[in-house]
Amino acid sequence: MRYSGLKVITEGLFGNKGWTPAWRDPAPKAEYDAIIIGGGGHGLATAFYLAKNHGLTNIAVLEKSHIGSGNIGRNTTIVRANYFLPGNSEFYSHSLKLWEQMESELNYNVMHSQRGLINLFHSDGQRDAFVRRGNAMINQGDDAILLDREGVREHLPYLDFEQTRFPIYGGLLHPRGGSARHDAVAWGYARGADQRGVDLIQNCEVTGIDIANGKVVGVQTTRGAIRAKKVGIIVAGRSSQVAAMAGMRLPIESHILQAFVTEGLKPVINHVVSFGMGHFYISQSDKGGLVFGGDLDFYASYASRGNLPMVEHVMEAGMTLMPMIGRAKVLRSWGGIMDMSPDGSPIIDKTHIDGLFVDCGWNYGGFKAVPASGWCMAHLMATGESHEVAKMFRLDRFATGHLLDEEGTGSQHNLH
Amino acid sequence: MRLKCPLCGDRDRREFYYYGAEDYLHRPAEGAPLADWDNYLHLRDNPAGVTKDLWYHEQGCAQWLVVTRNTVTHEISGVELVAERKA
Repeated sequence: MRYSGLKVITEGLFGNKGWTPAWRDPAPKAEYDAIIIGGGGHGLATAFYLAKNHGLTNIAVLEKSHIGSGNIGRNTTIVRANYFLPGNSEFYSHSLKLWEQMESELNYNVMHSQRGLINLFHSDGQRDAFVRRGNAMINQGDDAILLDREGVREHLPYLDFEQTRFPIYGGLLHPRGGSARHDAVAWGYARGADQRGVDLIQNCEVTGIDIANGKVVGVQTTRGAIRAKKVGIIVAGRSSQVAAMAGMRLPIESHILQAFVTEGLKPVINHVVSFGMGHFYISQSDKGGLVFGGDLDFYASYASRGNLPMVEHVMEAGMTLMPMIGRAKVLRSWGGIMDMSPDGSPIIDKTHIDGLFVDCGWNYGGFKAVPASGWCMAHLMATGESHEVAKMFRLDRFATGHLLDEEGTGSQHNLH
Repeated sequence: MRLKCPLCGDRDRREFYYYGAEDYLHRPAEGAPLADWDNYLHLRDNPAGVTKDLWYHEQGCAQWLVVTRNTVTHEISGVELVAERKA
């Protein structure tokens, strides 16, 4: 069923009885050409582009819970392409271009809003670094505008410009940055993949990966064994557990990142604002809630909830930057499980097992990468070769020393 | 979360610095193959369950600690001094 404004009106006139489920609920077949483990944003996008770009439709997405129940439904929905390093820059640039065509490509409203992202800086040295970053973004073909203090004030008059600890010197504006409706991204890709014949199999947990003579031959699941010569592990948050089924040890440590939402307010914050020195970022959802977060809790955890010291730190940083939000009431907070890699960059690569591919290590930046990750993982699984914009995301780069340390903070999982 | 330091007693999490998995205690010998260094520095079991990791009592006794804890429940079942572990 194609969605349109006319469809909404006609359905409204006739009691909304004509809507059908957005995707089927098929039983797993005994064999597929390819299996995607993980029905999150990245897995669904991979399935969609395998079908759309490579004509591979005899594939299944296996999800242990329901579609979109993992990190794709538990993030702060920022979309941006403001990376600096070669390897990251072209990948996120490609991703932003895919975001800009996503709604027409999927015939689905993901509420992508390019409201502009402003990264604040607070010293001469930080300004120099942001000038350099902005030039890298422009060289990549994306947009960046350096704002001085008064320029920031025009956009964000509500900041505390008088604070002494981190005086605001200016900001780097990325006009094409913004946010989107996270669940809709999962649903849009799920519907698009289903329409192209992909089987989305929910409540189907993978319990084993079958390997014979160095080649993957299928998976064991709670709904029986399924054969396939190609298997993609796309389960950020649980990557180490699933990879262990294939006898692999990944360069991943799982950490908790907390996020917070306030009660709904009238429009007050029109951009995405990041305050790196205070480890704080914020935007306002279309429902009106202020959505904000900070840094990791800094120790390995799978608890899906954080600890109070980081809650306190995030609130303090927010109050330092924009005292007005002290009047808002926090409705809820949660913790997402992050695949932290030693250099803070992701992995999209084949493994030493023939036919087994892995897409993981998204740290706390996986949401904006959903379309390009799917695009590049599909390319890798279909052709056996890394896509041009993802060729640096190698699994073995830590052993070979080809790190992608965007922040320059060192080779330790919790430093990024 | 609180950690029970063997020297200082029950202390707030904020007094401690988290370094990473206990793997950091098993430094390869000089001249070991590159794969051993990769294993030591980067590759992790990363269990969802009981794990052992290294913490430093930065604002206390300045001792390195091996903490046995559950990554799913945050329950802590043991804290010992690295200095007192037998090699």
